[in-house]
Amino acid sequence: MKNAEEIFELLKQEFGDSILSIDKDTPTEPIISVEPLKIHIVSKFLRDNPELQFDSLMCLSGVDDANGKKVKDAEGYDVIEGGTLSVYYHLYSTVLRHKITLKVSAPREDAKVESVENVWKCADWHEREAFDMVGIVFVNHPDLRRILMPYDWEENSFPLRKDFKVPEFYQGMKIPY
Amino acid sequence: MYQYFYELTGSVIISTLITAIFPLVNVLLVALIGVYLERKVSAWMQDRVGPNRTGPFGLFQTIADFLKMLQKEDAVSSEVDKKLYNIAPVLVFAGSFAVYAVIPFSSKLIGSEIEVGLFYALAVSSFVVAGILMAGWSSNNKYSLLGAMRSAAQIVSYEIPTALVVLGMVMLLGTLSLTKISDMQTAYFWNWNIFGGPELSVTKFILIPFMLVGFVIMFISTLAEVNRTPFDIPEAESELVAGYFTEYCGMKWAMFMLSEYGNMFAVSAIVSILFFGGYQSPFGYLGNTLGLHWLIPYEQAFWFIFKGWFFIFVQMWLRWTLPRLRVDQLMTVCWKYLIPYAFVNLIVIGIISLF
Amino acid sequence: MALKTETMVLNMGPQHPSTHGVLRLELELDGELIVNVKPHLGYLHRCFEKHAEAMQYNQVIPYTDRMDYLASMGNNFGYVLAVEKLLGIQVPERVEYIRVIMAELQRIASHCVALGTNGADIGALTPFLYLFRDREYILSIIEETCGARMLYNYMWVGGLSHDIHPNFVRRTKEFTSYFKNTIVELDNLLSYNKIFIERTANIGILPADTAINYGATGPMLRGSGVKFDLRKDDTYSIYNRFDFDIPVGKGLQGSVGDSWDRYYVRVREMEQSLRIIEQAIDQIPEGDVHSAIPKRIKPPKGTVYSRVENPRGELGYFIISDGNTNPFRVKVRAPSFVNLEILGELCKGHLVADVIAILGSIDIVLGEVDR
Repeated sequence: MKNAEEIFELLKQEFGDSILSIDKDTPTEPIISVEPLKIHIVSKFLRDNPELQFDSLMCLSGVDDANGKKVKDAEGYDVIEGGTLSVYYHLYSTVLRHKITLKVSAPREDAKVESVENVWKCADWHEREAFDMVGIVFVNHPDLRRILMPYDWEENSFPLRKDFKVPEFYQGMKIPY
Repeated sequence: MYQYFYELTGSVIISTLITAIFPLVNVLLVALIGVYLERKVSAWMQDRVGPNRTGPFGLFQTIADFLKMLQKEDAVSSEVDKKLYNIAPVLVFAGSFAVYAVIPFSSKLIGSEIEVGLFYALAVSSFVVAGILMAGWSSNNKYSLLGAMRSAAQIVSYEIPTALVVLGMVMLLGTLSLTKISDMQTAYFWNWNIFGGPELSVTKFILIPFMLVGFVIMFISTLAEVNRTPFDIPEAESELVAGYFTEYCGMKWAMFMLSEYGNMFAVSAIVSILFFGGYQSPFGYLGNTLGLHWLIPYEQAFWFIFKGWFFIFVQMWLRWTLPRLRVDQLMTVCWKYLIPYAFVNLIVIGIISLF
Repeated sequence: MALKTETMVLNMGPQHPSTHGVLRLELELDGELIVNVKPHLGYLHRCFEKHAEAMQYNQVIPYTDRMDYLASMGNNFGYVLAVEKLLGIQVPERVEYIRVIMAELQRIASHCVALGTNGADIGALTPFLYLFRDREYILSIIEETCGARMLYNYMWVGGLSHDIHPNFVRRTKEFTSYFKNTIVELDNLLSYNKIFIERTANIGILPADTAINYGATGPMLRGSGVKFDLRKDDTYSIYNRFDFDIPVGKGLQGSVGDSWDRYYVRVREMEQSLRIIEQAIDQIPEGDVHSAIPKRIKPPKGTVYSRVENPRGELGYFIISDGNTNPFRVKVRAPSFVNLEILGELCKGHLVADVIAILGSIDIVLGEVDR
């Protein structure tokens, strides 16, 4: 069983700059930040290393950080510019019984994160949901399409974003009533 | 039957009418009471009550359902193959109804006393396959097609064990006529075929286990012919949403139901004629003891209907107890288990009947 | 000259008697053999996560009920534990005991539905009704306590909504002694029935390492032989005070990890839940269930991930708080969502009728899959 700092040290030795920081002070769990396009090799290392053996991905969540600037767009609605979209990975080792949380932040306008689908198959549908709800594009995902919203929902409309505006019409039906 | 009623009433018209209508009335009654009984029996077995509002103990439930069905709109989807779609329920009903022409309800109430009654019954009941295939194909629905294909395979395969067992019985009894078979098993239940037949000899006691095996094989095969659980994959509710008659509504659906219950009774009737004495009573006749000889045909009709309904009850009991078999397991049971056993049974009965 | 053949695409559509809810399965068939299964979701999506951002922490609890509507106590439990961890409050002992008893009663009720529908899909319509009759007993006990039969809103942050009814202890004890007979009846009628075994043994075999990689949890994982249960291995609340076993699939009627094993694990889990209830019901201490409920829930800035063992698997809540009275993000890791991914793998090479058997043994609830 290792705790978060030891895991952070191990990762820092292996990967150096891709591992950005560890946040130990906010309640309730320490979070290690990783670069978005390096998350795949880091995950592979976490799964295969005999001291770590993180063989199960508990949860993968897409979050809209809403830490950009609020501006008003053409119709007077609030739109957020700048800032990041994040993905949180919660990993667990059934063999060694330890947990860790990873965080990946990508810029809002062009959010690209590497897919970990071939490390843990569980991530397949979770990444599709993160793409569907928040708009994060996962590079190298075999089948990235919407999962919960209908397939013909508007292209750039992502419901869980903080500045989401409900579209007026869907297939001829008026939505807000 | 015509002769009997002509002697009774003296009028050609009345006796013709009764002869023609009697089997039809029987089928309708079987369907009516059968549906009600199925709902009540299944309810009691499942720890609930079943229909009990319409009429005392819910007795008028089927009539209410029938009246409702008469008023339904006959909604036909536009893509069906019209000719086949309309003929299919008729063919299925005709297949099961035509068997009633040769079933002896009592020594005097028989539609037509032909010498090859058993052969005719087995042959005519295979019309049903053609009807089912037509229904499945013409519905233009993938689920119906799957159900119809499965059903065709099932019915055709299970005809073989039935035929083998019937062959064995025919070898033993020497006749194909259903009336003669019933007559040979004189009254009193130890004379029935399931207990070896009417002659008291060593062969009678040797035959008993093989008769039992034959009975079990025939019962299972006829269950499969009627598409009842555990063999009801053609109409498996939870997989195929009613299988081959998914697209039928109103009176056409009622025809399928009528034919299913009619078939159940016909098949129970044949099983009881072959093995359980047909219309003979197990305890001798009241008419004989009381000296009223005109009573005997009606007593026999009573016993026959009682035996038919008893086997229908056993079929319903099995339906609500057992899960259903998958298509390939069903074929395995037929070809790998029932047919070899039926063959062996046939050979042994053949050898015994030499003596 | 070879015949040109094509595979047939059959839609086990959103409305179907045996997909447990509105699930659309696109089956590619070669005769009756399955070549490919593609599930399509989203028919029951009710935007739980977006709602949760618009309400206060304690107003979210009735919405959590409605995700897995057959195991509402478990859903409440998970959310409430997450928020209490974030706030750092400790609930009274009485509350802990009652929560555990309610969660275990809910587990039995949920497994009744799962096993009943599993049997009903295969054709055995009678055990379905027997199990529902016994589930009524549980629902009436809970109704006496909190007034609702299915969507309880019972566990609140820091306590419970109502204290238990005076009849609760007596009725629960009657129930535990009565239910043992039902399990015996179920075993006689369904579990060792030859036809049921033929339909489910060696169907949908899930190897243990595939199960862990796909994130399967709950009876799906334990049916594959992996002895992992959150109540023992990552224990929460007061489960470490009770003595119970973890049933694991051993391949008694086929191979390890087939549908019969998953069914068997659920039946044996019901027995173990009865054990926990019997131990807990005698030890409920006195106390006030409302004493630790905070007046205003305003957690500090931070994140929390907490998970509970729901009847269908591991239910996880990931809550991000930014210091306001409303949560910033609530992400629910629903067990049925993750378990449903495996359906494509399990169905390859089986027949159409087996898809129903496998889906029944995975035991999904669409409310949870789509949230």
